[in-house]
Amino acid sequence: MTRHKQVLGPDDVRRAVTRMAHEIIERNRGLVDVVLVGLQSGGVWLAEQLASEIARIERPVPVGVVDVSMHRDDIGLRPVTPGAITDLPVDVTGACVVLVDDVLFTGRTVKAALDTITDYGRPRSVQLAVLVDRGHRELPIRPDFIGKNLPTSADETVEVSADGVVIAEGGGE
Amino acid sequence: MTAARRHVRSIDEVGRERIIKLLALTGHMHEINQRPVPKVPALRGRVVCNLFLEDSTRTRLSFDTAAKRLGADTVAFTGSGSSLSKGESLRDTVETLAAMRLDAIVVRHRSAGAPWQIAQWCEAAIVNAGDGRHAHPTQALLDAYTIGRRTGRGADLSGLRVAIVGDIVNSRVARSTTAIASMLGAEVTHVGPSTLLDPRLDVQRCTDLDQIIGDVDVLYMLRMQNERMDAAPVPPGGEYTRRFGLTPERAANIRTDALLMHPGPINHGTEMTVDPSTMPQSAITDQVSYGVAVRMAVLFDLLGTGEMEEES
Repeated sequence: MTRHKQVLGPDDVRRAVTRMAHEIIERNRGLVDVVLVGLQSGGVWLAEQLASEIARIERPVPVGVVDVSMHRDDIGLRPVTPGAITDLPVDVTGACVVLVDDVLFTGRTVKAALDTITDYGRPRSVQLAVLVDRGHRELPIRPDFIGKNLPTSADETVEVSADGVVIAEGGGE
Repeated sequence: MTAARRHVRSIDEVGRERIIKLLALTGHMHEINQRPVPKVPALRGRVVCNLFLEDSTRTRLSFDTAAKRLGADTVAFTGSGSSLSKGESLRDTVETLAAMRLDAIVVRHRSAGAPWQIAQWCEAAIVNAGDGRHAHPTQALLDAYTIGRRTGRGADLSGLRVAIVGDIVNSRVARSTTAIASMLGAEVTHVGPSTLLDPRLDVQRCTDLDQIIGDVDVLYMLRMQNERMDAAPVPPGGEYTRRFGLTPERAANIRTDALLMHPGPINHGTEMTVDPSTMPQSAITDQVSYGVAVRMAVLFDLLGTGEMEEES
């Protein structure tokens, strides 16, 4: 039997996104060369929401999608479900890339995203924005912008959407 | 627990569900091919053997490129210059290759069924790159991907009218492409002289190209397979070209929104007397460029996915 615990509601998510948008603007004065890149699949909606907040507060920035499945270190172990295709609207060479994902866990997806981005060029800098940092890192990776720190146990799953954040125990659905 | 070994030997073996997944994966692979560095480490450490025992240029190069772009190592094996010309049997050859612990063998062979035979002699995943007159599933996949992409329909080809013209009976391309197009919902018609049609296939048949050429969504011209003609079912002296070749006069009757396709290499002057590069309907260069992406999808599907639970 799995138990679900709602830890953030839709209003909490909205406020967290607004705060992260402000932090991204503060860190990158003038938003020069900033491009938001959502990690497929969970980071895509979040990158779009962050972009519309940033556009509301300051000015529009380009948004892209990156599919990291060909750079994962668990290739050959898991099924691969094709999702969104990588789409970077600007040349990443010289850009300030802000990677966006819903949940930061082991860090392996972010490492794969860094490797993928490097195939396209040499960004001036790469930053990381996540809505939920749930701990249990297995690589030396740390987020620059965090919506919510959420202590979890390794066997729980964290489900994130614009409607909120839910922790499911025992593997979850 | 090891999963059942999988192969890509015919369209029917792969089945509709996996075909649709392979076509989706092809889109990802095509994007990789557009990158400044068109190479990913997905299959690093895997070894793919290209075992080509029948002449081929584009398919062999296409598989070789596909494997390298996924980071796999490739071993090439061709009939001439090998011990096969010393009389070594195919079985001995395959067992030798198996001892080298290859992950996949891409095989082209003049005999139908060779890929099934080879699968019994080794542990590698087998990809059929053409066996006799029987099957050529990666050609069919790239044809389906090309049609889906050019028409904007993706993997749903329902209601599209596809005419495959020419040497059906000798063509593994005709067999596999008919299978995939029908599986995805297209209406396939085979067109040619009755001596070159195959009455065993469950499709519509037509012996008059001019009757249907103005109606079709896809006009697929086959190569005249002179090397497979045992007798001479086609009269000499240009009659075939007059009745079934794509001449400039016929080309003018193709709808402007239709697609012209050909598996290559073209016998200029036989099945085509028009230069397809001058026709906006031509999708022939797309077929070649998507061919690499399709073969990347096939190799990745065979060697790059596993049975563990997906991580969120």
